[in-house]
Amino acid sequence: MKQQVIVKVKRQVSPQGSPYWEEFVLKWRPAMNVIICLRDIAENPVTRDGKKTTPVSYDSNCLEEVCGSCAMLVNGKARMACSALVDKLEQPIRLEPMSKFPVIRDLAVDRQFMFESLKRVKAWIPIDGTYDLGEGPRMAPETQEKAYPLSRCISCGNCLEVCPQVTGTERGDFVGAAIISQVRLFNMHPTGAMHASERISALMEPGGVQDCANAQNCVKACPKDIPLTESIAEVNRQAWKQAMLGWLIG
Amino acid sequence: MCEAAPGIIDLLDRMGVMFNRTPEGLLDYRRFGGTLYHRTAFAGATTGQQLLYALDEQVRRHESEGKVRKYEGFTFLSAVLDDGGVCRGICAMDLRTMEVRTFAADAVIFCTGGIGAIFGRSTNSVVCTGSAQSALFQQGVDYANGEFIQVHPTAIPGEDKLRLMSESARGEGGRVWVPKKAGDTRPAKSIPENERFYFLEEWYPKYGNLVPRDIATRAIHRIVYQERLGLSGQAAVYLDVTHLPRETLDRKLEGILEIYEKFLGVDPREEPMKVFPAMHYTMGGMWVNAEDQATSVPGIYAAGECEYQYHGANRLGANSLVSCIFGGGVAGQAAARHAKNLEKGANAVESSVFDRERQKQEALNQALISQDGNENIMAIWRELGETMTEHVTVTRINKNLETAYSKLLELDQRFRKVNLSDRSEWSNQTLNFARELGNMLVLARVVTIGAHARNESRGAHYKPDFPERDDANWLKTTRAKWINGEIQLNYEAVDISQITPRPRRYDAAK
Repeated sequence: MKQQVIVKVKRQVSPQGSPYWEEFVLKWRPAMNVIICLRDIAENPVTRDGKKTTPVSYDSNCLEEVCGSCAMLVNGKARMACSALVDKLEQPIRLEPMSKFPVIRDLAVDRQFMFESLKRVKAWIPIDGTYDLGEGPRMAPETQEKAYPLSRCISCGNCLEVCPQVTGTERGDFVGAAIISQVRLFNMHPTGAMHASERISALMEPGGVQDCANAQNCVKACPKDIPLTESIAEVNRQAWKQAMLGWLIG
Repeated sequence: MCEAAPGIIDLLDRMGVMFNRTPEGLLDYRRFGGTLYHRTAFAGATTGQQLLYALDEQVRRHESEGKVRKYEGFTFLSAVLDDGGVCRGICAMDLRTMEVRTFAADAVIFCTGGIGAIFGRSTNSVVCTGSAQSALFQQGVDYANGEFIQVHPTAIPGEDKLRLMSESARGEGGRVWVPKKAGDTRPAKSIPENERFYFLEEWYPKYGNLVPRDIATRAIHRIVYQERLGLSGQAAVYLDVTHLPRETLDRKLEGILEIYEKFLGVDPREEPMKVFPAMHYTMGGMWVNAEDQATSVPGIYAAGECEYQYHGANRLGANSLVSCIFGGGVAGQAAARHAKNLEKGANAVESSVFDRERQKQEALNQALISQDGNENIMAIWRELGETMTEHVTVTRINKNLETAYSKLLELDQRFRKVNLSDRSEWSNQTLNFARELGNMLVLARVVTIGAHARNESRGAHYKPDFPERDDANWLKTTRAKWINGEIQLNYEAVDISQITPRPRRYDAAK
């Protein structure tokens, strides 16, 4: 039984193409992950019923959950292919592209929506320049310890994939938990805090923090255990405060 | 670089990198291999990732301000050189449409990283193939010190990649050991202290577990292959952090411990980790001058791991991060100066210069896609990796290097007969990897031939037949040139006007 690994891949030749399934039988080896399965297929691209096919397209880079590029659906669950260990998966292993992002080919998708959203909310510290301006602001270890987990976001998109509120990738669609959490991170930084209201304003537009319907799927799907729901609550609070102040001051 | 380093750390801190803090709110520092002092600022155990993201955020900011335009999803194929051998732009391929196009440029800066993929499995990312460096080498950019390849002592073995277990684990007090008795199968925790062999601490009392990477790597190889003390007879030793307080582990090392737990299903806070050395860093790279990161081809600059200049025969922990940022800063300013001083800009160059390069690259793609052969690129890549890892990493023996070199020539021949199992013209990753593999095979030869020639041991380059560093004959930089399809090695002196070399000693008493 353990001698083989059965993998079913949902394929699509182009963004316009219709999806279809192919099944592969691979030789089992110790410590296999989904990436190794895809490489094995590339070395011998023949389906279970002996039909010659093409290697499967997919994105990957660091293979250790830092780059965020190999996110896909493994047995229906949004996760990183590199850390999906074959021995812990039910067979046949079903691989599908994430459904919330446009498919490029096979398992490779276009995650540009997230990066555009990061631009919209100004997810950065606006430094004056790269010349030597001396030390950065001091920061309490407590603040660093709170901010550090948020800074580990790898923009994989898993939290968008599992969110029922994320319905499209156009401006005005819900930006998703990752983006909101980044706003919280930059608003925590002493320099970033100087521009907090700009970020909050961006999240008060259509597709912003108010679109969250509290399904709480995001926090369970995050490979980095980022406290995403806490971030959403905190940013929501900041948005309310800003709205109230705006209303009071007029 | 060393003088600029504190300013670079301050800059990154200002960019919002979440460096660990002292109680006073200042940056905290830790030790790394080869150092006796706490001098490395860190952000948990994911410092490199944090720096990368902070810089990425700044680029995104410039992008949103309209100051930078990114062409993501393109891969570099070749430089566009005019008849005078001056770089006038690049030729690149859109990885979705597979369209080949040229970009005119007055100056080009390469930041294409290490060459890990040449060794099959390494701690590097998938894109670190060295393909760009190799393509440029074949167009006249000299390649220096190819033979200096760093093997990191502690990585988690894996079939797709060897995941780095950062030196920070030892910087925070992690200890490396094996059971004194060969083939001891007891669980690590039940082995009493006096039956454990802390070989690094015993052999190198002054630095202990924090000896430089080459020393630690060879010590682990000696334990496994000569003393036959590898864990259960396998190629692995323990890296133990179980004696450290859980709170410290979670605060300072969580990122890397979590990776171990995720990929092996064992909690390293409870059980010692099993690790083994892995190819990690490319000290060599494109030759650049000391003033402004310019390569040997006018208009081409290089910065970061893809160039050779900062780390000699061996790199110290965390220095790669500072060298790539420093080199990038120097190269950026130099490229701007170069562009300003050009008599004739790239836009004034006849379009035929660009057209002929594009056509050449299109023809190469077409040939690869349409040819019928019986070789598979994944199989050739696997054999390349096995050959390089076996003969051209930790221990180098001339006879074996010769075997490896003939194997590389054989693979090069077989590469000409590859049959791409994907011939489509949309998002064809197979074609892209085939292009990279062709380049990897050339660069692998540069590494191997350089190692063969250097009959001494220096830094990460170790030859048991020539165990000593030979400053009289080999205190020099290897500079490889590509002449009519052949690799030619030249040598140039190393500037030692600032510091006179002295023997490296790590075994002195504390």
